Amino acid sequence: MKPQFVYVIYIASTPEKLWQALTDPDFTERYWFGYRVAASGRAGEHMTAHDPEGALMHDDPIIESDPPHRLVYVWRSRAPRFEDEAPSQVTFELEPRGDTVKLTVIHDDLVPGSLMLSAVSDGWPAVLSSLKSLLETGRALPASTNPKRCNEPAEA
Amino acid sequence: MDEVFKALADANRRELLDRLRIENGQTLNELCARLAMSRQAVSKHLAILEQANLVATVRRGRKKLHYLNPVPIHDIAERWISRFDRPRLAALRDLKSTLDDSGGTDT
Repeated sequence: MKPQFVYVIYIASTPEKLWQALTDPDFTERYWFGYRVAASGRAGEHMTAHDPEGALMHDDPIIESDPPHRLVYVWRSRAPRFEDEAPSQVTFELEPRGDTVKLTVIHDDLVPGSLMLSAVSDGWPAVLSSLKSLLETGRALPASTNPKRCNEPAEA
Repeated sequence: MDEVFKALADANRRELLDRLRIENGQTLNELCARLAMSRQAVSKHLAILEQANLVATVRRGRKKLHYLNPVPIHDIAERWISRFDRPRLAALRDLKSTLDDSGGTDT
């Protein structure tokens, strides 16, 4: 199976700061739709994500963790609308490129036509643009800091 | 951002992005098979799209797979279209497609 999505973004930062931004819940809640994502554990430990109301939305194993280069975890939402969806897998690759870091996000094992596939295809670009803005300017983008968006709320 | 607009200012390159939107993760051979462009031309256009970060690639075994990377286009939308405009724009688009479907104009 080939990955369903591959996203690339160049961020003026260091791999260490970017790694923290991806794994530290105090950081993620500032740009990831208010979600607190904790993913600093080792392989076999769990990645957890709490929504802005504090409900546990993700609690699944970290498959690979090689800070600050590569992070792979299982992606399965516990939100009721995703309860019938099969687990998928997210890979983050961080490569220094001069003064920037090339961040590649690869989403594997999404089922074609699934609700999760359409949710993450809206979600990742917003999350990544906001992450870049936060690291480069100190401000996240408004659309991704407010979990109550005007349009269909996006997962991821 | 200049690179993004330059890369988009070519119908062949927009066509390649359309092909990837329909089916993400294609090889150069797969893309060539469905286009009336030489392999050399497709390869050159893909390099320009990759340089502009509109196409992302991953290797799987010996295959190089090409993906539509919407992040730069998202950044453009964030810069000029506020989130408050988005529902209104979606309503206009729906209205246009409804009118187009129901016969449209007789010009």
